[in-house]
Amino acid sequence: MPTLFAVVTISFFLIRFAPGGPFSLERPLPPQIMENMIRAYRLDLPLWRQYLDYLWNVAHGDFGPSYIYRDFSVGQLMMQSLPYSLQLGTYALILAVLGGVAAGVVAALRQNGIVDYLVMSVATVGVTVPNFVVGPVLSLVFAVLLSWLPAGGWGDGSARFLLLPTIALALPQLAVFARLTRGSMIEALRADHIRTARAYGLSRRAVVVTHAMRGALLPIVSYLAPCAAALLTGSVVIEEIFGIPGVGRYFVQGALNRDYTLVMGTVVLIAVFIVVLNLVVDILYAQLDPRIRHD
Amino acid sequence: MAADAILSIRDLRVVFDTEDGPLEAVKGIDLDVEAGETLALVGESGSGKSQTMMAVMGLLAGNGRASGSARYRGEELLGLSPSALNRFRGAKITMIFQEPMTSLDPLYTVGRQIAEVVRRHRRVSGRAAHTRAVELLTLVGIPEPERRVDSYPHELSGGQRQRVMIAMALANDPDLLIADEPTTALDVTVQAQILELLRDLQQRLGMAILLITHDLGIVRRFAGRVAVMRRGEIVETGSAEAVFTRPSHAYTRMLIDSEPHGTKTPPPSTAPAVLEARNVSVDFALRSRGFFARGAGTMRAVHGASLRLKAGETIGIVGESGSGKSTLGRAILRLLPSEGTVRLDGRDISALGRSGMRPLRRQLQLVFQDPYGSLSPRLTVSAIVTEGLLVHEPGLTSAERHRRAGEALTEVGLDPAARNRYPHEFSGGQRQRIAIARAVAIRPKVLVLDEPTSALDRSIQVQIVELLRRLQAEHGLSYVFISHDLAVVRALSDYILVMKSGRVVEEGPTAEIFEAPREDYTRTLIAAAFLTTLGTAAEARPQASGDTPER
Repeated sequence: MPTLFAVVTISFFLIRFAPGGPFSLERPLPPQIMENMIRAYRLDLPLWRQYLDYLWNVAHGDFGPSYIYRDFSVGQLMMQSLPYSLQLGTYALILAVLGGVAAGVVAALRQNGIVDYLVMSVATVGVTVPNFVVGPVLSLVFAVLLSWLPAGGWGDGSARFLLLPTIALALPQLAVFARLTRGSMIEALRADHIRTARAYGLSRRAVVVTHAMRGALLPIVSYLAPCAAALLTGSVVIEEIFGIPGVGRYFVQGALNRDYTLVMGTVVLIAVFIVVLNLVVDILYAQLDPRIRHD
Repeated sequence: MAADAILSIRDLRVVFDTEDGPLEAVKGIDLDVEAGETLALVGESGSGKSQTMMAVMGLLAGNGRASGSARYRGEELLGLSPSALNRFRGAKITMIFQEPMTSLDPLYTVGRQIAEVVRRHRRVSGRAAHTRAVELLTLVGIPEPERRVDSYPHELSGGQRQRVMIAMALANDPDLLIADEPTTALDVTVQAQILELLRDLQQRLGMAILLITHDLGIVRRFAGRVAVMRRGEIVETGSAEAVFTRPSHAYTRMLIDSEPHGTKTPPPSTAPAVLEARNVSVDFALRSRGFFARGAGTMRAVHGASLRLKAGETIGIVGESGSGKSTLGRAILRLLPSEGTVRLDGRDISALGRSGMRPLRRQLQLVFQDPYGSLSPRLTVSAIVTEGLLVHEPGLTSAERHRRAGEALTEVGLDPAARNRYPHEFSGGQRQRIAIARAVAIRPKVLVLDEPTSALDRSIQVQIVELLRRLQAEHGLSYVFISHDLAVVRALSDYILVMKSGRVVEEGPTAEIFEAPREDYTRTLIAAAFLTTLGTAAEARPQASGDTPER
């Protein structure tokens, strides 16, 4: 709760310091209309008053009207776009975690072998190449050149449409998971209790899966919260490239248009996700590691 | 002899591929372990004693290769695939390790880990394996086994964890238990209990024990036969009695003689007091839960301890880990906030702040236990030794500083030519000499030595003890010597404080403490350190010696 409050407060004032306002257009509005608009949206009140009003409203679940999409409230815009982002993000998250952990474990078990080098090279590319490159390249190869898949849009929401954006969205995170997993797995395999497990004749599977992997998962679980929040609340770039009507687009458009309430709405949404996911991760962590349960 | 050997090692070699080329850790050794016997494999660190058994168990590190032969009841173990080896590992041949704190998986209950080993080698139900785990915990003397079976390793003490490891080792009625330095990481009094347990279990269950250790005290009390290893070779084998009374190899003689001996001549009774601490108490704040829960309470680590250290005197502070001995040592150096008064040369320093203490620091120096962690790896030896001079004698020219550093290194028996090298290029004993050189370079009056010999091999300990005695005689230093090792304490101290749970439970001149200890606790500490060195296995356990011939 204190975290959320801080996020709301800081971003509320930050966006107000940005030059311009929601109604500064290329062709300025007549002064009379401008004044009426400002009064209608209560932007004439002192800033502290606006801030208190906003807090009050948000606390009651009202994110206010959008200044640009005037027929919609911010809440409505969110409800419309969030399902798209959530769905795409969930697929990407599953792909990133499963693919990354699997690749990392394999690389760790074949440390300094060919497979290891291969996985790590791909992972390095995944981390370093930004997704505004990966997205268009995927789109170019599979949609334009090979014509296997559509180049963009949500379509009917089937795998055909979602495959490319999911891969483009997941790839950098998958690479991070692979690197993290490899590192912590190598560490875990060196632990004294792994030597014990081997000395007691446990099968390779039991040594690797039951004893090494569970320990190695701990740092990965810690990274899960920020990663999930980033993926689920929509990626600005991916949604733009593939024309997905998700939350990410509103965030950018809101910021560019100085649509104060829309920006604030997306910020609060992301903050809520991060806070909730962190809580989930803490609970998960305690489930995995008995040492932190009682302290 | 080889007929009833359960483990028969012939011409075993272990080679590690390193960046500097192949390194031969074990150089063709022969060794037989007979059913039901206790064989000690003795040697100092780096002698290859652990790697020998790691090779037999197929546990060598990735860059290690073993060749030769190791047969268990006639079946060759070397070169077996891991899955073929798993028929023996954990069932017929089991192993316990030096590090009870980390040898168990922290994420599973001890019961689960024992049950896992049981079920790996026997077809039993989960329930039966659980019952077996409780039974085993009872056998190794864990209190409340039904409850403890569901404990996680971090909820148990070091001694209890080692008992759990022993329970795991016994789970499938092994023929051979390999104990790799099983008590080294434990408190002296706990060491004695674990050894007692191992001996008792061996008599009841009849398995052979192969004990890997550097501690001759344990060997003498515990083992029937001894093999002495040095630089990858076995230099001597024989019955414990023969090896201890008539060692044939010079190295064995050196090991046996390397128990610290001699005592210190006390300073004249007229010597002035250098450091006086009266009624020193130290409290540690316990970590509070949550942000708002303040004042969760404090833990008193030292309760009103007093000591009076005369010029040229050594006071030994002994006790188990957690007894508050190191905390007291830091409190009298004013490195920790404490109550009570501390006087240096009659001047009350207990109220001085950080800056007030700084000019006095040069008279009070500290040497730590861990010669690896207490020297900065990125500074040369010269930089390490001269650093204190920069602070305390800023007037010195660079040439004078280096001359002083050279002197200090010569004094601790190091070649001053080595001063441009880095700590990692030195052995543990040499590093401890560097740490001592750093302390004496600024010519202090009082040196607090916190377990300075505990991480070192016996033969090196003796050298450090002699070095400390010589420095003290030459410079009139006063020592506060903190240790759990009473053999070393006796060789160095004039006066001893015995600490338990933060209190000084007994104190007196060294001879008095050793000849007529008043407290049971003191007796336990002495017994743990010396019973082992006073006779052979048979003498140390009169009631057991009658049982042995029957087998």
